[in-house]
Amino acid sequence: MPGLGSLRNNTLVAEFFSQYMWSWAAYLLTGLIHCALLIQVGAVGALFFIWAERKVSGRIQDRLGPTRVGGMFGWLQSLADGIKLITKEDLMPDGADGLLFRIAPYISFCASFAALMALPFSDGWVAIPINTGVFFILAVLGLEVFGVILGGYASASKWSLFGAMREAAQVVSYEVPLGMCVVVPVLITGTMDLVQIGTFQEGWFTNWLILHDPFTFIIFWVYFTCALASVNRAPFDLAEAESELVAGFHTEYSGIRWSYFFMAEYGSMFAVSGLATILFFGGWNGPVPITGWLGLTHETGPIAGYIGNFLGLVNFVGKTSLFVIVMIWVRWTLPRLRIDQVMKMCLKFCVPIAAVMFLGATFWQRQFPGGVLLKTSYGDRYVVTEADTAAPAKSKDSAKPAAKTAGEASPGQPSADKTASVSHRVTKGS
Amino acid sequence: MNLLTEPVGVAHFMVVGAIMFACGVVCMAVKRNALGVLMGIELVLNGANINFVALGSKFLQKDGAFSLGLDGQFIALFVIVLAAAEAAVALAITLNFYNNHSTVDVDRANELKG
Amino acid sequence: MDSINWHSFFFLLFGLLASAFAVGVVVASSVVRMALYLIVALAATAGLFFLAGADFVGAMQIMIYVGGTLVLLVFGVMLTAQGPFVSMKTGGGDWLLASLVAGALLALLIPVAFSVPDWRGGEPAPAVMEPTATPIGVGLLGVRVDKLDADRPESLKPGMSSYLLPFEIVSMHLLVVLVGAAYLARTKRRRSPSQIES
Repeated sequence: MPGLGSLRNNTLVAEFFSQYMWSWAAYLLTGLIHCALLIQVGAVGALFFIWAERKVSGRIQDRLGPTRVGGMFGWLQSLADGIKLITKEDLMPDGADGLLFRIAPYISFCASFAALMALPFSDGWVAIPINTGVFFILAVLGLEVFGVILGGYASASKWSLFGAMREAAQVVSYEVPLGMCVVVPVLITGTMDLVQIGTFQEGWFTNWLILHDPFTFIIFWVYFTCALASVNRAPFDLAEAESELVAGFHTEYSGIRWSYFFMAEYGSMFAVSGLATILFFGGWNGPVPITGWLGLTHETGPIAGYIGNFLGLVNFVGKTSLFVIVMIWVRWTLPRLRIDQVMKMCLKFCVPIAAVMFLGATFWQRQFPGGVLLKTSYGDRYVVTEADTAAPAKSKDSAKPAAKTAGEASPGQPSADKTASVSHRVTKGS
Repeated sequence: MNLLTEPVGVAHFMVVGAIMFACGVVCMAVKRNALGVLMGIELVLNGANINFVALGSKFLQKDGAFSLGLDGQFIALFVIVLAAAEAAVALAITLNFYNNHSTVDVDRANELKG
Repeated sequence: MDSINWHSFFFLLFGLLASAFAVGVVVASSVVRMALYLIVALAATAGLFFLAGADFVGAMQIMIYVGGTLVLLVFGVMLTAQGPFVSMKTGGGDWLLASLVAGALLALLIPVAFSVPDWRGGEPAPAVMEPTATPIGVGLLGVRVDKLDADRPESLKPGMSSYLLPFEIVSMHLLVVLVGAAYLARTKRRRSPSQIES
């Protein structure tokens, strides 16, 4: 039960600190450390991706992009931009609703930051292990739209209002196919815990869910399209269409508040890309099981397990950055859609395709339970998540080997038979 | 009792639910904007939902024997879904009203008064 | 300092947030502010659901209610919030009557809640919550894994003891509502030939 293991990790850290201070301060310090690490992911990630966006767009348009700041490749360019934005005057239009105008960027930023809290970066490395992690991330990312809507409304500008209304219509529509797409990996793995979905795909790349069956392969592309639309990136960036709406919802923003909107955008790009990595591309499990060969797992010891987890982190961040770069590539390659085309794309293509693929994946699971390319029969391993329900106090050490021995009936989980028989009854009854 | 040191019970959740319910009732009564009335309805539904979830919780009562168990959560889920449906229909009615009468003031909706 | 009950602390935090912003919805005059306060109040309610151990319902509250229904509501607000409709005043008499009703409700509900001894204080919450998503999902398909009693044979029959029928009814209801809302909100303007072309 890796999710429980990471919860125990957090508790262990807090208990270590509590030797030196009050226990509430220890827990607070543990939480602050997690927050600081995640803010690093958000802020440093934004710095890196903005630089990457400049370089990639430059190359696509046959330019060099930034070359001077910081020596080679202009790698300090986004830091210089940040300093410029911080020192810039923070303007507010006369007719604006002051409170809403001020807090709107922070709402967006908090939403994209909160999505990172439930995103596992490696096996068990997650700030808050939630057993409905997939839905939590989608739900919290959906809140980002409120910052855009309220900021657009509060700016008291026609352009901003138009951008905000487009964003509202677009995000509400695209949440439907997005939810249908993430349900398919949940259906195959039988859990909504992102850590378990990740460990489900360990081993060779043939275990990745995108290669599980043809339906998951197609639905990944639907997911990627809908993710692009839901984080408001080109070709779906109708909310800030600069050729028609000046700058859309952030027309009236400047300085540090404007940059908060952009940190939120890059943070949520990272979050949906990370979700794609975990749901379809094995998460921290590489194309080749290097950590398994080198024995860097938790069975060989805590230090080896830590190094293995760290390699998994590098793997995960690499794949996620690759997806973000693809998003940048798409932005500078494709022209922007019209708003009616955006809606048509969602309602006439994404939703039906996602629904048919969902049905297809269901039938595939029924016909080939266990998959075709998967080496191990995971039927006994992961179908029964009820075992986790019944024995929540089981420690990590006893749960991990039980999960490893695939196909073997695990004697330590008595309630497994019970739920298996229940699901059997369900299939018989229906 | 000191709320910071003792475990809370169903009653405390119910107080929050009651406050939200009462606020929703006032909101429905005094707002003239149709969407304000709709927000009042959402508050009322959420106040009720808090009670359902609290009564279904295992560790808010002395012994969990009288807890609703999962039934409370089931009912809360159905309330959430029905609230979404209700909001969609109410919003459609409001927009239709706005298109026909150029106002969202519920006091002006008096055509059927006779 | 160890005696602080963190469950109670977070209950106080979320409860105060929910109550305060619910009051804010009532007293705010601008309809856009009301929408913002409603968002915070309902998000705090999701926090209360997590505290009560209903993690799936809490996630659904954020996803469907806050992320879906309220976005729709704010969308409606922005379509109609123009000039005189942003803030509409109500007479003092209405306020007086409404607060009388609300005060009476509160005076009834709060003492009733505290009059049951079992409800006044619970057991300390466990460190690890039980996940509820799987039992709820199986329950919607007709089998209650949390209530498998051998002495109640009807609980073992699929569909007999649980929420399969309500689930189907609510699905059909949602479909009907979708069609109805689309019918109600359709545009009545006659389309010109050039629009039909595109």
